Amino acid sequence: MTSQVSSPAEQADEAVLGELKEQRNPAGTKGVRRLDRVIIRFAGDSGDGMQLTGDRFTSETASFGNDLSTLPNFPAEIRAPAGTLPGVSSFQLHFADHDILTPGDAPNVLVAMNPAALKANIGDVPRGAEIIVNTDEFTKRAMQKVGYATSPLDDGSLDGFSVHPVPLTTLTVEALKEFDLTRKEAERSKNMFALGLLSWMYHRPTEGTEKFLKGKFAKKPDIAAANIAAFRAGWNFGETTEDFAVSYEVAPASTAFPVGTYRNISGNLALSYGLVAASRQADLPLYLGSYPITPASDILHELSKHKNFGVRTFQAEDEIAGIGAALGAAFGGSLAVTTTSGPGVALKSETIGLAVSLELPLLVIDIQRGGPSTGLPTKTEQADLLQAMFGRNGEAPVPVVAPRTPADCFGAAIEAARIALTYRTPVFLLSDGYLANGSEPWRIPELDELPDLTVQFAQGPNHALDDGSEVFWPYKRDPQTLARPWAIPGTPGLEHRIGGIEKQDGTGNISYDPANHDFMVRTRQAKIDGIDVPDVEVDDPDGARTLVLGWGSTYGPITAAVRRLRAAGESIAQAHLRHLNPFPRNLGTVLKRYEKVVIPEMNLGQLATLVRAKYLVDAHSYNQVNGMPFKAEQLAKALKEAIDG
Amino acid sequence: MAETSTEGSGTGGGAIEALSLVPKAEARQSMKDFKSDQEVRWCPGCGDYAILAAVQGFMPELGLAKENIVFVSGIGCSSRFPYYMDTYGMHSIHGRAPAIATGLATSRRDLSVWVVTGDGDALSIGGNHLIHALRRNINLKILLFNNRIYGLTKGQYSPTSEVGKITKSTPMGSLDAPFNPVSLAVGAEASFVARTVDSDRKHLTEVLRQAAAHPGTALIEIYQNCNIFNDGAFEVLKDRQQAEEAVIRLEHGKPIRFGDGGTSRSSEAESGRGSRGVVRDELTGDLKVVTVTEENEARVLVHDAHSPSPTTAFALSRLADPDTLHHTPIGVFRSVERPVYDTQMAEQLDTAIEQFGKGDLSALLAGGDTWTVVG
Repeated sequence: MTSQVSSPAEQADEAVLGELKEQRNPAGTKGVRRLDRVIIRFAGDSGDGMQLTGDRFTSETASFGNDLSTLPNFPAEIRAPAGTLPGVSSFQLHFADHDILTPGDAPNVLVAMNPAALKANIGDVPRGAEIIVNTDEFTKRAMQKVGYATSPLDDGSLDGFSVHPVPLTTLTVEALKEFDLTRKEAERSKNMFALGLLSWMYHRPTEGTEKFLKGKFAKKPDIAAANIAAFRAGWNFGETTEDFAVSYEVAPASTAFPVGTYRNISGNLALSYGLVAASRQADLPLYLGSYPITPASDILHELSKHKNFGVRTFQAEDEIAGIGAALGAAFGGSLAVTTTSGPGVALKSETIGLAVSLELPLLVIDIQRGGPSTGLPTKTEQADLLQAMFGRNGEAPVPVVAPRTPADCFGAAIEAARIALTYRTPVFLLSDGYLANGSEPWRIPELDELPDLTVQFAQGPNHALDDGSEVFWPYKRDPQTLARPWAIPGTPGLEHRIGGIEKQDGTGNISYDPANHDFMVRTRQAKIDGIDVPDVEVDDPDGARTLVLGWGSTYGPITAAVRRLRAAGESIAQAHLRHLNPFPRNLGTVLKRYEKVVIPEMNLGQLATLVRAKYLVDAHSYNQVNGMPFKAEQLAKALKEAIDG
Repeated sequence: MAETSTEGSGTGGGAIEALSLVPKAEARQSMKDFKSDQEVRWCPGCGDYAILAAVQGFMPELGLAKENIVFVSGIGCSSRFPYYMDTYGMHSIHGRAPAIATGLATSRRDLSVWVVTGDGDALSIGGNHLIHALRRNINLKILLFNNRIYGLTKGQYSPTSEVGKITKSTPMGSLDAPFNPVSLAVGAEASFVARTVDSDRKHLTEVLRQAAAHPGTALIEIYQNCNIFNDGAFEVLKDRQQAEEAVIRLEHGKPIRFGDGGTSRSSEAESGRGSRGVVRDELTGDLKVVTVTEENEARVLVHDAHSPSPTTAFALSRLADPDTLHHTPIGVFRSVERPVYDTQMAEQLDTAIEQFGKGDLSALLAGGDTWTVVG
């Protein structure tokens, strides 16, 4: 962290704590400090309930009105061996009294439930940060398991940190001794003890968590009561123990948000809601054909809960059947969707090609993860762009849309549906693991803000033959959109056959005619090229010479980096693409306005390849493929080098 | 083709419960209503012509609005079928027709959805989709044209070819043990499984009739002659003399007997007679063919297509010798009622509306913990 890239809005992480004035808490005897933002990371074994703990803290924070951004990070194994480094699961939350863009680079507070969690995360924690460790788990054996020869709690290696040693397990078991629980059962509530402690430290509202626990364990009221007791014990521990001398306040981000009603939402949930909304706006039943795959399965789970919206979810025998069923439903007049991740896209490719040939609307949702092959199932990456663009036999153009933040998944799903329905084409929606599981506040839209997506099915003949007779031609196109008519089974007189074999223009009959094939290939391409997409907006307040161009989930880190640079007096322009195919009409002009174009991507330069090929612009790539989102600080540094270079 | 009596015409059954949601034709239909304007492009002499004629001839009997009928196929010679039917149709990709038809049938219960596939399409590249469609019991009628060869790719062995078959890709004979499609379907929990032969139009039509009336997935294996790459593959079942020993006609409620006129294809032919019969081997529980005598006549198995247990249907499917095709049963092996997937899927939607009310998007979006920012 160098000083020239710090800003009031996105400050250096290590500079946040302790610089604000101390107050007396009127309700208690301890000091209260006011902070503008905090980054907390909960880390423990994959069985320790860290994701739940993070989710609850996030909900409390959202209902308090802070801006926030989250980063869950967990192994692919459901229960990796306990106490090992690969088994560590963490949840990072950044919350603030102002508008923020990322889950934060480095935690101000690390909660480490065991030695593995400490070891796996300490490298990310800046000196001066607070570390809360569960001392009960720091046994000789547990420490040896992760390669600690001596206890980091005693050997001075944590000297630069503000360490709070807390026997979380013992305290939890003690707090629950009145309950009829085994020691093992009682120990399970230690994450709620930690949550209670952190909730006290940061003045989080607690009603929501207590209500949540009652609901979650409605059938086991004893367990609910025990968890609530542990949660309260954690809170009380913070209030009474001398080790925690101060607590912190982060005021609601009241000025950061436009007027409206808000909720916290993850990308996959926003995407699911976007699909339900698109179905309503199109007045078509939603049909999801899907096969479970990380990190996309949550969309299948969510949509399966909304059958009262007429949503049909079909868990198929494989990825191919998932998209096959969706395509069949599209033929029948549904708003059809398939959800998957990269390996699933590979399996669906042939059917996507069929959908291109059939010219039926179909949403292909790819929640990208680390690849190739099985890769990193629970980690993020944006390396499927070229697969989405070109991963089919023949000339098979498919529009590509990418959301930029978790909440943006809602609007991006509606936009993908608009394109699919208007142009009768499969559309790729490229989200990723970070957007899918990360969350942020979302202003809940009013229904009248949503676009009208209604479609007109073909109702009768659309062509007159030379002899004057009226016929239906399934491949006679709309002159504006080049879309073909959508004639669904059940419509009398429009019986027709479609297939993957090349079709004669107009009639749709099988045709092997060379000139016709050439024409059809060009026409299908022209249809996609002609899709109406909004111009890309450029944020360039002071006439910069360098442009940073991004797409998808890098929006948060790029924007945070740009803010840092500008606050340090640098000049840089920013543009972010939602439409990757076709590109916005003005993109070429925009790119040519700048001396230098930098494209940060979580791949080895896929957008850069497309941009260089299409616009002959010498775009520079900045790449990271480590399964994690960019850090703002690191990006700011790279962009600074680009500006100076 | 011996018969002409099934040349199609009809006013519509209308009484078939499995098709109760499919709108009826307003006017009387004839076979030609189901012929599309497309030129049929199978090889001259292909068994597919007979099957196409039988299906086109049978359709008027159902009396369904033809705009509510859809044929979906995969890839292969047989999969050109939808182009020749004047209904809605989709010629899809190799092996995937059952998956695509599943999406259509589960989203549109007002349609009568038929799948046309072949032995390569259904049992090789598309084997997975076939077995899952069968176990789910989706309202699909699957016509599996089995010619025991790959025709469209010009003559490689198929998953139903006999072991040792010499083909372009197996000059020293194929090593693959073949699938028996009926055994496979029974094992995959199919609720309706039948076998018929392309050239026996009367039998084929009767099987189509029963399949159409069946609620859920029906699998019909149709032995189909490829006169270019596997000519005469089923000759033993078609030649009057040889059929005596080769064909066992199954009819629900009738003793399983054949031979000596039992398989004669004259109009007087009927099952339940003949010098040979199928009995249960008391030692193994398996089925075997015996010469019927006065002593054992009472032990001849009476065919029960509706038996809840698939055991006997499976045993019947194993009677045929895969090489000689002797003792090949044709007819409906199994026809049992069990819950239909698309019906249950629709019922879950109805139940959800009863329980939670019709979906309210505003309420959904505003669910969970919310907060309001005022100006």
